[in-house]
Amino acid sequence: MIIAIASGKGGTGKTTIATNLALVTPASQYLDCDVEEPNGHLFLKPKISDKRDVTMTIPKIDEELCTYCGQCAAACEFNALAVIGKKVMVFSELCHGCGACMFICPEKAISETTKIIGCLEVGKAKAVATDEIDFAHGVSNIGNPLSPPIIKKVKKLVNNDCFAILDAPPGTSCPMVQTLMGCDYCLFVTEPTPFGLNDLELAVGVARQLEIPCGILINRSDSGDDQVQRYCQREAIPILMEIPFDRDLAFAYSKGEAAVIHSQSLREGFQKLHQRIVAEVEK
Amino acid sequence: MKELTIISGKGGTGKTTVTAAFAVLAKNTILADCDVDAADLHLILTPTEISSADFIGGRGPQLDSEKCTRCGECQRLCRFDAIDFSEESGYSINEFACDCCGLCALACPEEAITMVDTINGRWFISATRAGKMVHARLGIGEDNSGKLVTLVRQQGKLIAQKEGFGLLINDGPPGIGCPVTAAITGVDLVLIVTEPTLSGMHDMERVHGLCRHFDIPALVCVNRFDLNLINSQKISDYCTEHNLTLVGEIPLDPVVNKAQVARLSVVEYECGLVSQVVREMWDKVEKELNL
Ligand code: SF4
Ligand code: SF4
Ligand code: SF4
Ligand code: SF4
Repeated sequence: MIIAIASGKGGTGKTTIATNLALVTPASQYLDCDVEEPNGHLFLKPKISDKRDVTMTIPKIDEELCTYCGQCAAACEFNALAVIGKKVMVFSELCHGCGACMFICPEKAISETTKIIGCLEVGKAKAVATDEIDFAHGVSNIGNPLSPPIIKKVKKLVNNDCFAILDAPPGTSCPMVQTLMGCDYCLFVTEPTPFGLNDLELAVGVARQLEIPCGILINRSDSGDDQVQRYCQREAIPILMEIPFDRDLAFAYSKGEAAVIHSQSLREGFQKLHQRIVAEVEK
Repeated sequence: MKELTIISGKGGTGKTTVTAAFAVLAKNTILADCDVDAADLHLILTPTEISSADFIGGRGPQLDSEKCTRCGECQRLCRFDAIDFSEESGYSINEFACDCCGLCALACPEEAITMVDTINGRWFISATRAGKMVHARLGIGEDNSGKLVTLVRQQGKLIAQKEGFGLLINDGPPGIGCPVTAAITGVDLVLIVTEPTLSGMHDMERVHGLCRHFDIPALVCVNRFDLNLINSQKISDYCTEHNLTLVGEIPLDPVVNKAQVARLSVVEYECGLVSQVVREMWDKVEKELNL
């Protein structure tokens, strides 16, 4: 079972929910797809056993064969190539590694080389109960504009026999969509504020387009107004859990401590959340 | 004209709350909401639209199944697994997976695939009580948010220059990726809004790294500083060590959400100490920008 934990708006507590859920769920897997800002490791404190580079391919021009015809630059949709006089320039930070230039080159002057854009770290984290959590996250290098290839690598590690939790990037653009694709369920974490609701509506739109069933968790549920509840009612989206603001929990979070370790009632709350998600998926 | 971008790395640290307050405090400014993925500034500044236009972010493939002979070449070549096949409907493009690279169009022997302009969103120029604002809405699941950020910023600059405004304030996107780069390259000053949580601190260091990468001067502000005083001290130490000015520490106060529900900035709604700190912060930012 693959569950994405997402939120349109950042900072609603998505990672808190994803990590706490992983901690109380038997046979869980936590995969951090928020590769620009992976934070789950701060709370799960995994032992990393394997670290690999994530690479992408970029074109390499053989100046011996090149006739400077300019077809490669014309074919590139991302302006990552320019032919200026007797020189082909590759702007690797714009390249998407699609291979169109290599395909089009009439002289076979283009081959490919790889560039490191981030890394993948895999390990185990200690769960609240006896077992361990399979942990993995992707980390995008600073200045790398392309996170989807790293997200794809993280998602390759999904183990369908586990309760796989994908911590999705915020927003509703490409990286978030890339994370949600192929998931069985999506839990949106929101806040009962105008910002929270606005961003939630956008995020629900993504799940609907991808035809992924979704539910809502309202965090700091006592801190704004009731517009999120009304929205959920109107749209018939189930609210699976509500967590009121709690200064002690916020403090534990700020230190990088998972709430379920300290609070019995939250531990039960998250166990219930797990059961509700399973029930929703099996519907 | 000067340009200020407010960013945070981690989302939800209060970046837009600060931007909205600055917008109201600044006398001579144009605003640009560069958080095109999840734009929120309009919820506080309640803009009235003056004009709007489609955002053509790029081109995308269109497959004409009449011309397709089902040779499968496109599917074999596509590196993004974006071409689906079924016996009934033949080959089709999965928009969500497609990277719009155009390789399939180049490769199709039947010219059944063509690249056509795609509308990825809409952008607006609006009037608000704090001045003119450029904002946008990116279509759901669309890519190219970096391009849209660039467009929103450019339009903001154009208006500021044409109408003689001395400042452009950009509400930046979260993260450290392409849209953030688009929102900060070439600006005069960046304000990083962080919070005293491990994630907030971790992300602040990453966005600060990005600012250094582009050689842009940055200031730091800590929101909800009293949530964890030890971490706030660590942020302060980090700033000292890296020669960053810490311009303000905003206390944790539920009144901030009340202001948001009332659709007012924290300097318009009575937020006590929060209002005061944000005002003082603005004075410092103004000085730093030499306005
Ligand atoms: S298409 Fe090939 S031959 Fe033509 S400019 Fe590009 S690399 Fe050179
Ligand atoms: S691989 Fe694709 S994106 Fe990269 S330079 Fe070639 S055509 Fe452009
Ligand atoms: S390459 Fe062209 S003809 Fe061949 S399957 Fe694709 S669209 Fe059809
Ligand atoms: S445009 Fe590129 S990514 Fe999209 S379907 Fe064609 S080959 Fe695949």
